[in-house]
Amino acid sequence: MYEILSSFAQTGGLIYFVLMFAGALAYALWPRNQEKFDAAARLPLEDGGPHNGQ
Amino acid sequence: MTEMIGSFRRGNNTSIIGVGALTAVFLFFALLMAAFAKDAGMEYQALTFLVLGGAFLVGTALWAGGLVDRDPFDESEYENTLVKFGVAASMFWGIAGLLVGVVIALQLTWPNLFYFPELGWTNFGRLRPLHTSAVIFAFGGNVLLATSFYVVQRTCRTRLAGGMWPWFVFWGYQIFIVLAATGYLMGVTQSKEYAEPEWYVDLWLTLVWVVYLLVFLGTLWKRKEPHIYVANWFYLSFIVTIAMLHIVNNLSIPVSLTGSKSVQVFAGVQDAMTQWWYGHNAVGFFLTTGFLAIMYYFIPKRVNRPVYSYRLSIVHFWSLIFIYIWAGPHHLHYTALPQWAQTLGMTFSVMLWMPSWGGMINGVMTLSGAWDKLRTDPVVRMMVVSLAFYGMSTFEGPLMSVRAVNSLSHYTEWGIGHVHSGALGWVGYISFGALYCLVPWLYRKKGLFSKSLVEWHFWISTIGIIFYMVSMWFAGIMEGLMWRAYNEYGFLEYSFVETVEAKHISYMIRALGGTLYFAGAGIMAVNLIRTALGHGEAKALDDEADRDPYAKPEPRGALAPAE
Repeated sequence: MYEILSSFAQTGGLIYFVLMFAGALAYALWPRNQEKFDAAARLPLEDGGPHNGQ
Repeated sequence: MTEMIGSFRRGNNTSIIGVGALTAVFLFFALLMAAFAKDAGMEYQALTFLVLGGAFLVGTALWAGGLVDRDPFDESEYENTLVKFGVAASMFWGIAGLLVGVVIALQLTWPNLFYFPELGWTNFGRLRPLHTSAVIFAFGGNVLLATSFYVVQRTCRTRLAGGMWPWFVFWGYQIFIVLAATGYLMGVTQSKEYAEPEWYVDLWLTLVWVVYLLVFLGTLWKRKEPHIYVANWFYLSFIVTIAMLHIVNNLSIPVSLTGSKSVQVFAGVQDAMTQWWYGHNAVGFFLTTGFLAIMYYFIPKRVNRPVYSYRLSIVHFWSLIFIYIWAGPHHLHYTALPQWAQTLGMTFSVMLWMPSWGGMINGVMTLSGAWDKLRTDPVVRMMVVSLAFYGMSTFEGPLMSVRAVNSLSHYTEWGIGHVHSGALGWVGYISFGALYCLVPWLYRKKGLFSKSLVEWHFWISTIGIIFYMVSMWFAGIMEGLMWRAYNEYGFLEYSFVETVEAKHISYMIRALGGTLYFAGAGIMAVNLIRTALGHGEAKALDDEADRDPYAKPEPRGALAPAE
């Protein structure tokens, strides 16, 4: 039982984390996201107060 | 009273009733615990809670009664008052925590002068956790509360969620600090480093923290921007991970429900591993990701340029999150912890160097094209120097986590020096920078009371940090080498007390460095208070369009809102 659980946690965990991280990396580096990130980077600079009723 | 009921009846103040009811429930429990307390510590702690919680309840009721028809949670405005309270609390606890640091540095330097056997609570063993908790959790925690509330509203373009609940988070956290601090002085402690508060204080903090998480998530939920700005990711990881660490490391069973003592669930090496999983991730997710969130908002805002690379910030975030959580075992080299676990901790610590420096480069390079601000704006200089200290201590840390280096550095003053280059240089300076930004922004002033006082603060504190670090490097490496020195007969060359005696001069220099740093914080307090009062160069902003001196006001809808 211990072997089954530990191999699931170790191997499964490794694969799961690597895939998750690869996903995050792909999201960050995906060329089409550039525009979105450019806009996001300007978020703190374009603060005109709370937006309401929109 | 009728006015109060009237204001409640309008229906938009249910959060006030909720906060009041929850506080009343806890006051009832505190009353029972005070009445049936098994020990003096518990009695004092319960009475302290009754006084503070009662004051909060009465204060809230009086305030709510005075509202009449005013909506205190007007959605067309940001919640600024709470951030002002957070700034004041940060300043207060920062100065208190640094003062205790100076006192214990003096106790170590001149133990004969600063030892008062008739006043047990002034003992080093009581004051040392008071210092660490005051600077990390009271000062750092309040800086994070204040800045996270400020930043999440502005990057989501919406008011804080939860009405009265954010105020519960703020005052609940202050009550936690007072309970923890007074507990340490009375000797109420569960003896886990950086997790000293006993079980009932832990439960109270858990409640406050869960409400903090819900307020933060609620604000993100009702955001008016499609994208969640990267600083909020860092804040969120800080809030979530601290909740997890706090709960797991404080799993304990109280000896009595009306007594202050508890017993840990874990024992032996499992307890040690849990403790340092907690301890190192308190560094990682309290003192690092939280303050990186400050970096990602305040540096771009202050220099009025977008962050150098938004892509890098995402990679920075995820690599930090995935790696940091494994680094804890490097605190347990050469212990009963299995060697593979030690090696794992060491490997991840070395890997951590890269995301740390990636983040540092991202922050520093944000100044690209505006390098002159390093010369002209001492607040920007303070924040950039904080990144330099961040880079330095995140290089030193992986180095010290290597087992062979650790055999020299562990248990020596080198560790103290390392911690303080991170704490004073990185956490302190990025916090001071944020506070120097926040006060003129919140009080709508054109600038700080005095820019030259910021220069004085910067240089006095920087000299203080250098004294501190260099003296501790010197003392640490010296004592590490003395501990492992053998004579020609195979006996230890030095007795332990000789290694202590050899550090005396280093201790004096360290106490001087700490005093200088403390003096710098005092200068900052004067500057910030006089800024809020509108003295000197802190002239009031009169033009509505000039509301935020560092922002270029843009028409609404420059970015497509979420709805």
